[in-house]
Amino acid sequence: MPIKSLDELKKIRDNQIKKVKLRESGDSEDQTIEILVGMATCGIAAGSREVLNEFVNIISAESIDHIKVVQVGCMGYCHSEPTVQVNMPGKQPIIYGNVDRATVKDIVEKYIKQGIIIDDHVLIKTFNSAL
Amino acid sequence: MAIERTHIMVCGGTGCVSAQSLEMVDLLKSKLVEKGYDQEVNVVKTGCFGFCGQGPIIKVHPDNVFYVQVGLDDIDEIINEHIIKGRTVERLLYKEPETQVNLAKHDEMSFYKKQYRIALRNCGLINPEDINEYIAFNGYEALGKVLAEKTPEQVIEIVKASGLRGRGGGGFSTGLKWELTRKPVADQKYVICNADEGDPGAFMDRSILEGDPHSVLEAMAIAGYAIGASKGIIYIRAEYPLAISRLQVAMEQAKEFGLLGENIFGSDFNFDIEIKLGAGAFVCGEETALIHSVEGSRGEPTKKPPYPSIQGYHKKPTSVNNVETYANIAPIILKGAEWFSSIGTEQSKGTKVFALAGKVNNVGLVEVPMGTTLREIIYDIGGGIIGGKEFKAVQTGGPSGGVITKLDLDTPIDYESLKSIGSMMGSGGMIVMDEDDCMVNIAKFYLDFTQDESCGKCTPCRLGTKRMYEILDKITTGEGTMEDITKLRNLGIMIKDSALCGLGQTAPNPVLSTLEYFYDEYLAHIQDKRCPAGACKALAKYKIDEEKCIGCTACARVCPVSCIEGKPKQKHVINEEQCIACGACYTACKFDAVIKP
Repeated sequence: MPIKSLDELKKIRDNQIKKVKLRESGDSEDQTIEILVGMATCGIAAGSREVLNEFVNIISAESIDHIKVVQVGCMGYCHSEPTVQVNMPGKQPIIYGNVDRATVKDIVEKYIKQGIIIDDHVLIKTFNSAL
Repeated sequence: MAIERTHIMVCGGTGCVSAQSLEMVDLLKSKLVEKGYDQEVNVVKTGCFGFCGQGPIIKVHPDNVFYVQVGLDDIDEIINEHIIKGRTVERLLYKEPETQVNLAKHDEMSFYKKQYRIALRNCGLINPEDINEYIAFNGYEALGKVLAEKTPEQVIEIVKASGLRGRGGGGFSTGLKWELTRKPVADQKYVICNADEGDPGAFMDRSILEGDPHSVLEAMAIAGYAIGASKGIIYIRAEYPLAISRLQVAMEQAKEFGLLGENIFGSDFNFDIEIKLGAGAFVCGEETALIHSVEGSRGEPTKKPPYPSIQGYHKKPTSVNNVETYANIAPIILKGAEWFSSIGTEQSKGTKVFALAGKVNNVGLVEVPMGTTLREIIYDIGGGIIGGKEFKAVQTGGPSGGVITKLDLDTPIDYESLKSIGSMMGSGGMIVMDEDDCMVNIAKFYLDFTQDESCGKCTPCRLGTKRMYEILDKITTGEGTMEDITKLRNLGIMIKDSALCGLGQTAPNPVLSTLEYFYDEYLAHIQDKRCPAGACKALAKYKIDEEKCIGCTACARVCPVSCIEGKPKQKHVINEEQCIACGACYTACKFDAVIKP
């Protein structure tokens, strides 16, 4: 299907960029929001893989910029797995525990977009976190 | 299809492919299927990351973790630890040679820190065999933009204003070349891409074509629009099979998307590209010889003028540009001439890709802004000399260039500064030499290359380089006389003045430049019959290892010229002046104390 105009090319680009966007993360380190998902054995057993993929899907669907979802090892809060740490530029990192799909939505909608902390799931708020 | 959370980028450049990186791609894919992770993790074969000395390379996004020297045996661990459990495999990280610290992110490595990637922007970032990924990173937007918004004259103006100069070696203004090709009136004009990379040790063009072929296709179409040509030809050497096959894939996809062919972007601009394979003759990098070769004649240069911009392929106006030059075009159009000309030095704008090779720790492909010093490239990016040895010289410009010594290490690199110290930019080969390299031997190596590659059309090059080689051979075998040095100089100057094409005119450079900077080494070979670096076999002498010698006298007894001295039970010494290098002492010694040269 031949591209007939610059707009058509841009349409293809907008579709494709979603698939490859995560490769750009290394460039804009300062302003990037990081979501770290604990993926040690206990985390995986408690469902962190679904959590990780849910994050990726929501972020992609909503085309949120400057954000990367990274899986990490054990954060040490095995009692509250799955655990998710959110690092926002200029803010204290927050670790959320007992995260499920609904919480993922809350984290994106409330915390990342509006800055409202989801009190029910907060494990710890500090710079001296596991990472 | 679900959005993938992780991309595993595996280097698909020739260097890494020869170390089984393609097998790794297959293994990674099958393991992911086995573990049930194939829906969320993507494996991508990319172009060259440039860090060839550390290959095969695997990079994991978005964590930005950079694994080096990965083997097939390591794949299991990467999947089980990193992909499934999020734990970085520490032992596969790059260790900084100076500090011995493990570094996970490539932007922390001094190899990448000083680099600025324009021509190599997509190498290692995209899958070169997928046009969609090129488009995702702004691919073909520059072409769309010029067709929709710019006149050909405006495009030429932008390229001229950017200060981009030919990256193949000559350094001629690209915009001016396009303008000169646009001016003549003709029914057909041609755009040629010179991918006949022939310098020993140079591989930047190959890497660009393997890692980002669309960037060259797009730029050729832009050039076609600018000069008024509807046909493009890529002249590439048959020795680059991987680059050829990726180009073919890219051309097919571009045609399918209507980005090559007729009425591109709905305009009335038509442009088509074909590939011509060369047999890999050095001389065909010279533009007139290249054009003759494309036409099917012998690859021999002809006198200029007429320049190809007036009478090129089939006597029609033709613009011949190098691969790396093309790779700079799209960013210039998108980001503007001002952006590009803000990078680099007064006379040389933008960046240059160098193939860093020889005795440095980090062998690979590096792209730096013009004006970076040789010291930064060799010590910061290159990680210094292997084994902490003494730096002797760096050779730039391949067989047309010269050597640069310690004294000029702080010269900012651009076309003019390199010329002023007796070398040249060339296509970007950079070979680093240490104390063990004999400069006479290096000069001989290059002359061996040029006399072999000389097309034979003009006498100065055909016979002159051959004679120069013979004299150098004489010197390295200890047969040289002082008269030979005068002969070398005279011959060199004569060939420079009288050879037909650029290749012949620059062929004596390696000799003239080593004569200037390393005259003492020539003297040592001629007067002392000695090779200071110990590289010339014929002049090498046997030695006795003082640590190992127990004074058994076995060597002294067999020496036919009685040149070994030493009392029983004391260390023996070989008198190098008298030694005829027969090797009898080496065979006689039972304690491995005689060192063979």
